[in-house]
Order: sequence, then C-alpha cells, then structure tokens
Amino acid sequence: MSVSSILSTTFLFAGSFFFIVGSIGLNRLPDVYTRLHATTKCDTLGQALALLGVMFYEGATFTSVKILLIVIFILIANPTAAHTLAKGAYMYGVKPCEITSIDMYKEKVKRRSK
Amino acid sequence: MIEPFLLTALVLVFASVLCLYRTIKGPTVPDRIVAVNVIATCTIVVHVLIAFIGNQPMFIDIAMTYALLNFLVTLVAARYLAIGRIFA
Amino acid sequence: MRSLKGEKNIASFLLTFVIFFVLWAALSTFFDVVHLSLGAICSLLVAYASHDLLIKPKGAEHVLTVLETSFRFFLYLFWLITQIIRANIDVMMIVLSPKLPISPEIIKFDSKLPNDVALTTLANSITLTPGTLTVDIDEKKTYYVHCLAKRHGDALLKGKMQSLVARVFGGKE
Repeated sequence: MSVSSILSTTFLFAGSFFFIVGSIGLNRLPDVYTRLHATTKCDTLGQALALLGVMFYEGATFTSVKILLIVIFILIANPTAAHTLAKGAYMYGVKPCEITSIDMYKEKVKRRSK
Repeated sequence: MIEPFLLTALVLVFASVLCLYRTIKGPTVPDRIVAVNVIATCTIVVHVLIAFIGNQPMFIDIAMTYALLNFLVTLVAARYLAIGRIFA
Repeated sequence: MRSLKGEKNIASFLLTFVIFFVLWAALSTFFDVVHLSLGAICSLLVAYASHDLLIKPKGAEHVLTVLETSFRFFLYLFWLITQIIRANIDVMMIVLSPKLPISPEIIKFDSKLPNDVALTTLANSITLTPGTLTVDIDEKKTYYVHCLAKRHGDALLKGKMQSLVARVFGGKE
C-alpha cells in the first residue's frame, strides 16, 4: 500500500462515518431545527472528507479539479440551503419542540396560516 | 485498491436508507425536505465513487449537475414553504 | 443587462469573460479548436448578459481591495476549518450519547457588518460552527440564531467570530 492509498482510504472512511452520524442524528433528534444542525454539519464535512479521499487517489488531474469544484460548491450551498429551510419551516408554522427555552424569533414572524 | 470505494458507497447507501425512514415517517413537510436533501448529498458522493469504480469519468459531470439541481430544488421548496407560492 | 459604455464596464465584461472561459476549459478538458471556440462563443454571450452581476463595475483601485480581502479571507478559512471539525465532533458527541443532552434556544444579536458578502459569510460560518444555525437576517442586520444548547449560544455571543469577519471585510464589529 502506498501513502496516497492509505490517506485516501482513511479520508473515505472518515467521511462515511460522518454521513452515518448525520443520518442517526436526523432520526434521533426531536424537531426540524435540531435535525438541521446534525445534517448540515455532518454532511458538509462528510462529503468534503470523502471527496478529498477520492482526490488523493486520483492525483493532480483535471478530474481532481472538477471534484474540488463540487466540494467548494457544496461547502457554500449546504449552509445556505439549511438557513432557507429553517426560515421556511418557521414561517410554515413548525413550532420548536417543548424543551426550547428561549424563542426570540416568535415576535418577528407572522406565521402563514395553513 | 477499489474495495474502499465499494465499501464507502455501500455505507452511504445505508445512510440514505436511514434517511428514507425519516422521509416516510417525518411528521411535517420540512422534515421530509431535510431528509431528501441529505439523500441527495449522499447520491452526489456515490456518483463520484461510481465514476471510479466503473472507470466512467462522465459520472463526475453528472454529480456536479446533481449538486446544482439539489441546491436549486431546496431553495424553491423552502421559498414555497415560507410564502406559499413560487413565482413573484 | 447593462450596456458596454465606459471603460469600467468593458473591464468588468472582459474579466467575467476570462473567468468563464477558464472555467469552461477546466470543465471540458478537450483542448482542440472546435471545443475552445464553442466555449469562447458561449462565454461571450453569458458574459455580455450578466457581467454586472458577477463583478460590479468600479474603479481600478477597487480590484486591489478585492485582492486584499480575498487574501485575508483565505487566512480566515484555516480558522474556519478547525471550527468545522470541532463542530462535527461536538454534534457527534450529542447525537451518539444515549441521553441526548440538548436544550435548544433561538437567540438574536445585532451586527454592523458593511456589505452583503460579509453578512453572508458570517451567516454561513455561524451555521458551520459548533451548535449554532442561522435562521434569519432581517433588514436591520439582526441575526436570529438557533442554538443546540445554552453553552453554544454563550460562546457565539462572546463575539470572536464577528470580530474576525469584520476584520476580514474591513468594517467595524
């Protein structure tokens, strides 16, 4: 085994581990907002690690540049999508779960009637 | 040196199946959209892995297009949830 | 779409065209005459239609500011990556612990960042750092942030990240 294949295997397994953690968090946490926490963070790092592992395997070629473009795009797009989804869910009328202690957003939003 | 790729692809498919449970059960619509978003991210990585497993570089372009489409679909769905219409 | 009068507009048009053409070449990976000329035609059309969206037509001294900001942003990225890894380990501990120790809250704070790019950078950084998720930014630049536990909100309100982003984009706090 060469150094690059060991590095790429490590990164691939670390990425898939974070994907599994994100999916478990999606199923265990109580409401949309906490689920968004788990999925956004774990997916973003998970895909970055897995695709970096693929890049280590491939080496410096144009294919690596394409994969790097995908990584950068998802690093920007995933938090933005999570932010719009959280806002959309709040305006749609999904209440935060009962254990939420402080809610300073309530007076700001006039909820859309369903 | 293709076994780690196969194993990672299998783990990602398993993660998508876990998310599929939330997609079916999810009490509200935003829950389902979040779960579909996660499945789409898994799919992008699996596409890139398939490009190397089957030695077909075209799949990387497909993964790129899928990433763009996924972002667009999520934005439109969130906008529909927020204001109840898509255009204007 | 904006007309191509004035040298500032032409400079922004040419810069956009060069960026699009390099992107085309990197993505197509064919370097014969047919593919490169097709790319040039497409880049010209798209750059003509949208050059004022990508790069605002401003003076030449503005380019220097942008380069300086990009360099500081690059340094900021290293700090952000350590934060992202810490955030993931934090979420992993919460998700995999049997008792699920969360106490969510939605807090707000004000910021005085100068422009939209700075506001977006801060919002995305907040989302990627431990236990916090931006829900909304309103017109008065007030951030509404969902925190997974109280300690995350307290860590955010100390304002380390706000001052770092303000330093990158050259505004106050």
